[in-house]
This record gives sequence, structure tokens and C-alpha cells, in this order.
Amino acid sequence: MYSYSNWISFATIVRKETHRFFRIWAQTMLPSAITALLYFVVFGNLIGRFVTPIDGFTYIEYIIPGLIMMSIMLNSYNNVVSSFYGAKFQRSIEEILVSPTPNSMILMGYMFGGILRAMVVGIIVAIVASFFAPINAAYPLLIFVVTFLTACLFSLAGFINSMFAKSFDDVTIVPTFILTPLIYLGGVFYSVDILPPFWEKISLVNPILYMIDAFRYSMLGVSDIPIGLTISVIFLVTALFYVIALTLLKRGYGLRS
Amino acid sequence: MHALTIENLHKVYSGDVHALRGISLTIKEGDFFALLGPNGAGKSTTIGILCSLVNKTSGIVKVFDKNIDLDWAGAKTYIGVVPQEMNFNIFEKVKHIVQNQAGYYGMPRQEAIKATEHALKQVDLWDKRDIRARMLSGGMKRRLMIARAIVHKPKLLILDEPTAGVDIEIRHNMWQFLRKINQQGTTIILTTHYLEEAESLCRNIAIIDHGKIIENTSMRKLLSRLPSQGFILELEDDIAEAPELSGFNTRLIDNETLEVEVLENKTLNEMFIALSDAGIKVAGLRNKSNRLEALFLSLTGSAASVANEPKGGEDV
Repeated sequence: MYSYSNWISFATIVRKETHRFFRIWAQTMLPSAITALLYFVVFGNLIGRFVTPIDGFTYIEYIIPGLIMMSIMLNSYNNVVSSFYGAKFQRSIEEILVSPTPNSMILMGYMFGGILRAMVVGIIVAIVASFFAPINAAYPLLIFVVTFLTACLFSLAGFINSMFAKSFDDVTIVPTFILTPLIYLGGVFYSVDILPPFWEKISLVNPILYMIDAFRYSMLGVSDIPIGLTISVIFLVTALFYVIALTLLKRGYGLRS
Repeated sequence: MHALTIENLHKVYSGDVHALRGISLTIKEGDFFALLGPNGAGKSTTIGILCSLVNKTSGIVKVFDKNIDLDWAGAKTYIGVVPQEMNFNIFEKVKHIVQNQAGYYGMPRQEAIKATEHALKQVDLWDKRDIRARMLSGGMKRRLMIARAIVHKPKLLILDEPTAGVDIEIRHNMWQFLRKINQQGTTIILTTHYLEEAESLCRNIAIIDHGKIIENTSMRKLLSRLPSQGFILELEDDIAEAPELSGFNTRLIDNETLEVEVLENKTLNEMFIALSDAGIKVAGLRNKSNRLEALFLSLTGSAASVANEPKGGEDV
């Protein structure tokens, strides 16, 4: 069980992280809003008008959940990877390591920092989207659950990346060469139903597909995969990443000699 | 009660580098303790283990009787650390760095704000509280790390070369401050390359060399082992050659500067009488070198390497 002091430590890390991403809002929040705006204008408005409705929704309505989810994934990941690696690089992480803060609280503190940024940016992107199409909310509670779990998962992934990273190059490799392709191939802009059977099966190995599909279901009420399965996959991968991140932290990988 | 108990502490780094080879040490509560040793002797590894930044290979460490293997968090609450190198976020404001540290130690927000004000005022940084840490001078950054280390009122303060690279005035101000908090009850462990600092501040001392404690005693006892002391005398009148003084070794540095070695069975009074008898008037006197430095060099056998360093005698 955690003591009151432990929760204060946790709150301190979350406050520090929140303060950080608000302080550098031009780097952390503005780019997602501008990127989303460009997607909505180009894909949604200009190209989208020539695309036939998918599952009864206009193309722009169909891609809104995917684009919100994309910003949630990238922001939660980037927040933790850059903040934690920055703290490692400047050695300011030692401030926390020398304190009695339990490892699990350190991990959760950084994770919640990532979740909060993802939620703030998700809301900003939704507001931008609302200028182009009505925002649907078929299952509001599910919207929150999927957002929270996905942000957890990507925050943890960012944390694991930062534990292994030995330079700032290592911090950018995963988002550029792994995350972005998986997100784009995860059904942000299309339904996997339109893929040939072989590529549809390959797509099912991509965990991001489940998150985007679940979020689309929570907003539009339509999905390619049963919602129970998607939530289970997200939950299991999140739990797995949590165990990996906590084990690395307890061992002091890259932190303690 | 002992502030710190270390028993048979070993640390082997990867590549079979044996940094600590069975260190045992006890430091009493309220002590001002010097931990000295040449570069690579194991000082920073020892401190790293105390602060949980280095994982020990074997051995027992207790902080105020709390075993770090059994009550890791409890032991940490007693410790404040001032590391050798800057380790704060340079983009954060001074007050936030200190407030956050209080928070990591579980101090509620309002209490942390008050403690931050107190700590920053103690190190004379309160007027800099709203500027970003990167804007501070080198000396101010050191003081910030001290404020950060004391904000949770630790019972054991560990300082790893806190005055490295700071000017003399700031160094002396820091000494004054450290003496004050030691008098108020904080146990202090100090590692330093400035042996004058250790001699001036510390009551007890341990010297580490090649991962082993080679000396662990009081400063007074250690210094009393010196067989002789050297003094540099500024003379009122020029002399052509060093005088022969019975019981003293002399060497002329220049026509108006004389070096005299006083053996442990002789007093300074006897030296002045001998000089007076030789018709030499003394205008000024200073120690030839730091006394602890001479002992340190003889114990660690690092005189040769030090002699080659360009920094001069004091900094080893």
C-alpha cells in the first residue's frame, strides 16, 4: 500500500510534467492542432468529398476518430520519451531516484503526465474537427476508457524507449520508423474491410488497429472488430508494458550502475 | 546512535572492476566527517550506494539504524545529497527545483513552499527564486544544490565536492553555512579535493585508496602524526645564505624569504629564539603547505602524481 507521502511524490511528478508541457505549448500542443487542421482540410474537405460514405458516415466524419486517436498516441508517447530521456540526459532524474519515491510511483507519475497531455491535445483536435463536421459521441464512457488506456499504453512505450535510449537519436527512431507507419496502417484513414483478405489478416497483427477501431466505435458506433476483443487487447498490452517498464526501473537500467 | 554504519561493502562494476573492497565505517550522529581519497579511490561509488544511485554488490549499509536492504525508503528520508556535478533541470525555475524536491520527499505543497523559502534564504538565493536555473552563476548553482538537499531537513547531509570550482569568497561562505547546520545537529559527510577544507571543517576523517579504507581516525590524531611542519618566513632584512639553527632545517628561498622545518619535539617559540639569536628579524609567517595534504600524500603514496599536476599543492 502507498503512504500519503508516496501520493504527494506522485502528485509532484504529475504537476512537474503538466507544468512542462504547458510551458512549452508551442512544441507540445500547437503542432498537433495544426497537423489535424491540415488533415481535415486536405483529406476531409478537399479529397473526402469524392469518397463514398463508409458505414453510413461521410469520409471526414469517419477519419475524425482516427486523427484524434493518432494525436493521443503520438503525444502520450512523445511526452514521456522526451521528458524522461531529458531528465536522464541532464541527470535531473537523480532528484527523484535519491528520494523515497517508490519506483511504481515514478512510473505512474510520468505515465499520468503523458495521459494528461494526450487528453488535452485530444480535446484540442476534437475542437478543430468540430469546425469541419459534427462530433459524434455514441458511447461517451467508452471514449474516456479507450483514450485513457491508449494513452497509458503509449506513455509506457515512451518510458521503455527512454530507458533504453542512449542518445536523442534513439528517442526519435521509434516514433519515426515504427509508430508512424503502424498508426497510418492502423486504419486512421480507412476501414480494414476494404483491404484484400491477406492484408486484412496482416493488419490484425498491428495493435494500433484495435485502438483506433475501439475509439471509432466509441464515437461512431461502428467497428471492424468486436469491441470486447479490442478492449482486451489494449488492456493486455498496457499491462505487459507496465510490467516491462517497472522491471527496468527497479533494476535501474541505464539509471543506476 | 550512528548516523551511518557501513559493513564490509563491496562494489564490482562490469568488466570485473572492483571499486570497493570491503569498506567498513561508522559515523556518529552530529559528526562532521571527511571522506577523502585520490581520484578513482571509491569515494563517489560509496556515496552513490548511500544515495541509491549505485547498486552495491554486497555488504550492509544502515542510515540511522535503517538498513537500506530492509527499509530503503525509510533510510532515504534521512539523507540529503549535494552531488559533484550539476543534476537539475536547467530550464526550471529555481523555486520549482527546490519545491519539487520537497514534494518527492513527501512534503505537502504548502509546507514545501515554506520550506523552499527557508532553504533558499539560507543559501542566499531567495531573490533568484523566479529565474531559470541556467541563468545562475556556477557558485549559485552549487548553492541551489545545497538548498535542494536541505529542503526536507535531512539528518545526514552528504556533500560530494561541494566547493569544486567556486571562488574563495563563496567557498568560505559555504564553510560558514555548513558549520552552522552541523552545529544545529545535521551530520555531514564531506568529500573534497581541497584538503584545507577538510582540515578546517571536519572532526573525523576516513581516507579511501584503491577501494579500501586506509585511515579512519579523528582529524586531531591524524595531524598529530606529522613529524614536522614547514613554515615560510618573510624576513625584515635581506640575508645572503640560510642560517644554521640548531634543531631546525632551513632553506633560503630568496634573499628575504626563508623556509624553516620545525620538528615535532620543537616549538615555534624555540624557533623564534634561535632566529633572534642568529640576528634575523621576522616580518611575516605562513604554513609551507596544508598539513593534511602532507599526510594524505604519504598515506596514499600519490605524491608523484600530484607533483605532476599543474594546479599546485592544495588541490589533489
